[in-house]
Amino acid sequence: MTLHLTNLGLIPADSAVPDAAGHFGAFGGRFVPEALVAALDELAAAYAAARTDPTFLAELDHLARTYTGRPTPITEVPRFAAAGDVPGRIVLKREDLNHTGSHKINNVLGQALLTVRMGKRRVIAETGAGQHGVATATAAALLGLDCVVYMGLEDTRRQALNVARMKLLGAEVIPVTSGSQTLKDAINEAMRDWVTNVADTHYLLGTVAGPHPFPQMVRDFHRVIGVEARAQLLEEFDRLPDAVAACVGGGSNAIGIFHAFLDDAEVALHGYEAGGDGVATGRHAATITGGSVGVLHGTRSFLLQDDEGQTIESHSISAGLDYPGVGPEHAYLAQVGRAHYHPITDAEAMDAFGLLSRTEGIIPAIETAHALAGALQLGRTLGPDALILVNCSGRGDKDVATAARWFGIELGEGV
Amino acid sequence: MSTLHEAFARARREGRAALIGYLPSGFPSQAEGIALATAMVEAGVDIVEVGLPYSDPLMDGPVIQAAVHQALTGGSSLANVLATVEAVAATGAPTLVMSYWNPIERVGVGSFAARLARAGGVGVITPDLPPDEADAWLEATTSAGLDRVFLVAPSSTDARIGAVAGATTGFVYAASTMGVTGARAAVGAGARELVARVRAVTDLPVAVGLGVSTGEQAAQVAGYADGVIVGSAFIQRILDAPDHAAALVAVRALAGELAAGVRAGSPAVTR
Ligand SMILES: Cc1ncc(COP(=O)(O)O)c(C=O)c1O
Repeated sequence: MTLHLTNLGLIPADSAVPDAAGHFGAFGGRFVPEALVAALDELAAAYAAARTDPTFLAELDHLARTYTGRPTPITEVPRFAAAGDVPGRIVLKREDLNHTGSHKINNVLGQALLTVRMGKRRVIAETGAGQHGVATATAAALLGLDCVVYMGLEDTRRQALNVARMKLLGAEVIPVTSGSQTLKDAINEAMRDWVTNVADTHYLLGTVAGPHPFPQMVRDFHRVIGVEARAQLLEEFDRLPDAVAACVGGGSNAIGIFHAFLDDAEVALHGYEAGGDGVATGRHAATITGGSVGVLHGTRSFLLQDDEGQTIESHSISAGLDYPGVGPEHAYLAQVGRAHYHPITDAEAMDAFGLLSRTEGIIPAIETAHALAGALQLGRTLGPDALILVNCSGRGDKDVATAARWFGIELGEGV
Repeated sequence: MSTLHEAFARARREGRAALIGYLPSGFPSQAEGIALATAMVEAGVDIVEVGLPYSDPLMDGPVIQAAVHQALTGGSSLANVLATVEAVAATGAPTLVMSYWNPIERVGVGSFAARLARAGGVGVITPDLPPDEADAWLEATTSAGLDRVFLVAPSSTDARIGAVAGATTGFVYAASTMGVTGARAAVGAGARELVARVRAVTDLPVAVGLGVSTGEQAAQVAGYADGVIVGSAFIQRILDAPDHAAALVAVRALAGELAAGVRAGSPAVTR
């Protein structure tokens, strides 16, 4: 099967949201310093021109096939389902098999090509798990762009392997020591860099959050995940899934797999947020489940905040989900009831992480393990005929040290 | 109580620019912050901006970040910010709040505006709220009788400058340079041109902020702008001071130097 972005277009012309100013119903928009408005306008215009430009789409399509490795396969995981007491079938969309190990590369290549089109020669990025940083460093190496990645100091420790990867790829990694020293603070620092260097720098934002046009543009670059998976299920299973499951940090892999199913009313959409120690403990990153509406990092959405609008630090074993905000389209989908969001604790996620590794020989990213745990919970409530599609957003190589610690495996001690 | 309009008018009558000083509330502590802001006014600051400390100050450089962090760790709250405003406004200097948008939206735009007006505040500067998203805010500030200050930047198109000026009351805040707050060796070269572009579309006073830290720079900016805004330089003096008494001396000295600067610059405008 060959799927070409070129043939599909990035997005159907009739997508209901966002509006021209980037509003998804009551969410989204642009809450940024005036100094960034011109750059966001420039980006929106460049993207609007590129998304229907056959040359741009052909370039992106070529990279997707020859560099990223698209289309990624789907893999049924019957031993995982059975071991997890799920009577129905579970199928993974294998974004973990992409070059660099996660879905993040889809968006990065799109924005990196746009950077070149805009005549900018430097990209900056924030990263939590390091996957987006690695993907950005990769694209920068490929296209000859300078690359600086901001990463919370705590995350540079949690994801040391990815720090080394970024450096090998020629990127500069700047540890961020302000605030909670995680993803949210890395975004603050990237924004500060951007407002200072906007003339020659593109901020290559890694998820469907931030000011317009990022939530729309990043979604569109990831939309290929769901488009492929939908066609693959129809071809191999001759049917649509009953439900689609994905983990939600900022929400890019989730919106990427959800979007192609939005009009299939019979397909339920489930997003799994990081429940940390449990939402009731207050130590979590379950923004939609446990947060409230506000403005963070340029967009109106759900966020973790106190009564006076101060951001509350999030907690998760997963650096990629450890973010107190979420993309505005998810807030919208939750509000209109089209998608449902649930918390998964650290312990539930790690159980699923171990189970998939042992039963299927696939070590998932800890982020992804939240979706897998969610799929198990959901699958137990559905019958034997149920078919659940899970976005396997990334692989777990980067998480080996964290997982080894969790499961009590000693590193570097021989056997 | 003196309004923004009166403060700019008085400065203009005196053939000089107005001096605007920024300090975050609760820094280095609630009481010391009030004393320092009061000292600023006594030493020549015309208008005070009280910063509302926010967890994610993405327009601010390291100096203001450090001060805000200290204020938040010390237990900053909206009630404390309003108490600071009340105390500073009692000096007679028009007192504004500078706040990122989320703390305002969270409390509710109407409630925030009403409480600030009751505390004696004259307006609000919102650095991350473009007028495009400000419909409810325009209504709330109008009904509370507060001025609302939006920003323009060197990258703003003429159309955007028009839109910002159209939504603004009090004065237009011109960011001198592309970047975050913090002292700089030189004030952005684009500032003068930006002020001229703002003047082309509005009669409102135009104040320049970002990067002004010395009397000499204040004089230079006063040569073409109606107001000179200084924040990080005050905070740096406070951070460097060994104790509160030394901080008061340092703040008075800087305010005095800057006040002389805005008087040394050539008259702001002839209109
Ligand atoms: C493998 C993987 N999945 C998911 C995420 C979460 O991001 P998003 O919610 O934008 O997909 C990350 C972020 O680093 C990731 O690395």
